[in-house]
This record gives sequence, structure tokens and C-alpha cells, in this order.
Amino acid sequence: MNVIRFIMQNHAQVLELTLEHLWLVGVSTAFAMLIGIPLGVVISHRPRLNKPVLAGANIIQTIPSLALFGFLLPVPWLGERSDRLAILALTLYALLPIIRNTHTGICGVDPAVVEAGRGMGLTESQLLFQVELPLAVSVILSGVRVAVVISVGLATIAAAIGAGGLGEFIFRGLAMVDDRVILAGAIPAAILALAADLGVGWLERRLRPR
Amino acid sequence: MQSGHESPVIEFHDVSYRVDGTQVLADLSLQVASGETLVLLGRSGSGKTTTLKLINRLVSPTSGEILVNGVPNGQGDIIRLRRGIGYVIQDAGLFPHFTVERNIGLVPRIESWPARKIRARAQELMQLVGLPPEMASRYPHQLSGGQRQRVGVARALAADPAILLMDEPFAALDPLTRDELQREFLLLQQRLHKTVVFVTHDLREALRLGSRIALMEAGKLVTVLSPKEFLKSKDRWAEAYVRAFGDGLESAADRGSS
Repeated sequence: MNVIRFIMQNHAQVLELTLEHLWLVGVSTAFAMLIGIPLGVVISHRPRLNKPVLAGANIIQTIPSLALFGFLLPVPWLGERSDRLAILALTLYALLPIIRNTHTGICGVDPAVVEAGRGMGLTESQLLFQVELPLAVSVILSGVRVAVVISVGLATIAAAIGAGGLGEFIFRGLAMVDDRVILAGAIPAAILALAADLGVGWLERRLRPR
Repeated sequence: MQSGHESPVIEFHDVSYRVDGTQVLADLSLQVASGETLVLLGRSGSGKTTTLKLINRLVSPTSGEILVNGVPNGQGDIIRLRRGIGYVIQDAGLFPHFTVERNIGLVPRIESWPARKIRARAQELMQLVGLPPEMASRYPHQLSGGQRQRVGVARALAADPAILLMDEPFAALDPLTRDELQREFLLLQQRLHKTVVFVTHDLREALRLGSRIALMEAGKLVTVLSPKEFLKSKDRWAEAYVRAFGDGLESAADRGSS
């Protein structure tokens, strides 16, 4: 197959772009978890904030990705390096599934269990870290899983603003009207998405409370 | 000066609780003496569970005051207060992701006891409530309802609190298991002499376990009677209860402890 031969011949570059891709997805997912999980926890404990926060995350989700990358380009510190910009955009997109699932997971914890814990004298932070989060962890991770899979796909568009990643092959292939080059970007991206899906899925099952 | 022995462990002074304009509890005054089992009897919505939760401050009163060991329970450290009060609820409220041993050792662990002491305490308590040692590593979902409830009692007793609050602990069990656990509760109470506040809607259970029965209806305390007085009472609500539960109640009240 031509595509395979092309990938073999350019394996160094395929590897480099795959690593760049992983970097964009990995860093943005980490940021999205750092922001999204605490936000999800807060809106679970303060139902009044629930609607505005989820609505905000939803609105971000509706902005077309290419447009978002474009909007962010003139922002001072961000615009200097396109990978910063790509990471910010990917982080914003990953927020919704993570916030929503954290909220769903924590609200799904049996209130009787939480109240028993509170009645036994657990502090609110002990309740959160020893009861609510461990019991919600598999639901939260399934949100992370959705976020990662979306990010792997979206990150290909980051190449449009020069942030690198496997999208470079895709855009180059489009310009050259060469299927082999497009597929050299698309196939590794698809494999990444599948691997991430399986990997986080495995973690989700491992950590699911018995 | 009054001696510590005679002063009540728990006191309600004119306690009312309303939420969203609904009066859940009105002007409750009640005292619980050291070592007694006070049963709060009433139907759903009578305010008995709220009364219980007022003691460990899961609920704060709208007005009035609750004293625990002579101190208003709204003052000072609520976490400390709760750790000194055992709490058992219906279906046990065990942590599903903790083993039996870890569930029982919950309060000792957050009180940072050394690991060896926690383990020894858990084993001691499992024996006390009649759980075989090999259950230690099981998870709650692997246990029967009766076993879960035993774990719930063991967990509440772990840090050796002087007060035990029990909210319909045996209500979800089948009649045979319930009978067994009630009997064991009485034996345990003979040994431990905890001050127990026990919520139930089952008159038979109230007569059997209570040293006194506080009958509640629509957020008000109707009357407080010993089991034997309860059966003879001319109070309208007490009579209604006795009528509803029918024959054979005398044997439940007659456990020779009153």
C-alpha cells in the first residue's frame, strides 16, 4: 500500500508530528481536568451556579473551532506561540464533558452515604476526597474520555494556525491533492483517538468502585 | 451542685424547626438520661428523624437549644461533637467503596489512630456484633442486609461514643433478621450502657427496645411513656397505635428491664 510506504519513508516526521499532537492533547486535557473537575464539584454543591457554568461551557462548544483559533490569534501573549493558542482552545473545548460528568458523578452519589459520613464527623473536604470523588471517579473519567477523543480530532485543525501536530500532513495533503499525505496524518490521529479511548476506558473500569 | 450522673445527656429546650415555611418541629422539650434507650415513635413526617438529626447537628434548629452533655451543641466544634456520637441509619449508609474493616475503622482513621490499633478495634467490634472475621475484606454489596446493618452498628461504636443515634436501623430487614438484631441490640445495650436515641415507626420495636417511648405526631411531642405505661395509656394517639398493632404487644413490652 502506498500510504504505508509513505509513512515508512517519512517515519521520523510522522513520529515527530504524533508527539506534537500528543503534547497538544495531553496538556490541554490536563488543564481541562484541573479546571473542569473543581468547577464540576463546585456546581454540584452550589446548584445555583449549575446552569450558568454549564451554559457557558456549552456556548464555547458551539463556536466553530477554526473561528476560535482565529479569534485567539491577536491575543498578546497567546498569539506569540501558536501551540499556546491551540492548547487554550483545546482546553476550552474539553471543559464541557469534564464539568458535566463531574457534576453528574457527584450528584449520583447516594445522599444517604454522604449524610452518614457527615453524621459520623467527616469534614466537608474528607467527604469530598474520601467519599464523593472516589464514588464519582468512573463517571468523571468517562467525561475525560469523551474530551480526549474530541481533542485528538480537533487538534488536527490546530495545524491551520501553525501549531503543528498531525494536522500538518492533512493540510499539506489537501494542498497537494495527495491522499497518501492526508492519510499519513489521519491514520495516526485515528489510532491515537482509539488508543486514548481504550486507555481511559481501561482506567475507568479499574477505578470504578465495587 | 448536681452530680454528673443525674444530669441528662441530651436536652431539648423549646426547639422548633421550620423549613420553607413548613413547621417540621414545634416547641420540643425533651430530656434523655444517661444509659437509657429513648425511642422516638411516630409515622413518617412526624418529625422524629429531624429530632435525631438536631442532636448531631445535621439539622440546625430555627429556635430553641439542644444541650449535649450540658453544652449547647451549636457552640464549638461540630465535627468534634459528631465524632463523639455514633450514628446508624437505615440500610446502614456504608461506604460502598470501603471494605467492612475500613468502614468500621472510619472514625478511628480520621481521628488518626495508629493502623494497628484500628485493625484490632475493627476485629473486636466485628466479634461484638457477631460478624465472622473473614468478612473484614468484603465489600458492603457482598453482604446481606442484616450483615450490613451489623457493620453499621460496629462503625458507629468504633470510637466508643457515649451516645448512639439510630434512625430506623432495622426497618429494611426481613422479620427474622430484625428479630435477631433487636435481641442482640438488647444484649449489647446491657453490656455497653450507651445513651441511645432510637427512631422507629414500629410500636412493637419501640416497646421491646425502649426504656421510654417519646410519641410524636405532626411535629409535636405527644407524650413520653415507659413501654408498660404506653400500653395502658388513654392518650388518643397512643391508643391509636396500640389498636393498629393489635394483639401480643404485652410480651414485647415485658422484657423485665422496666
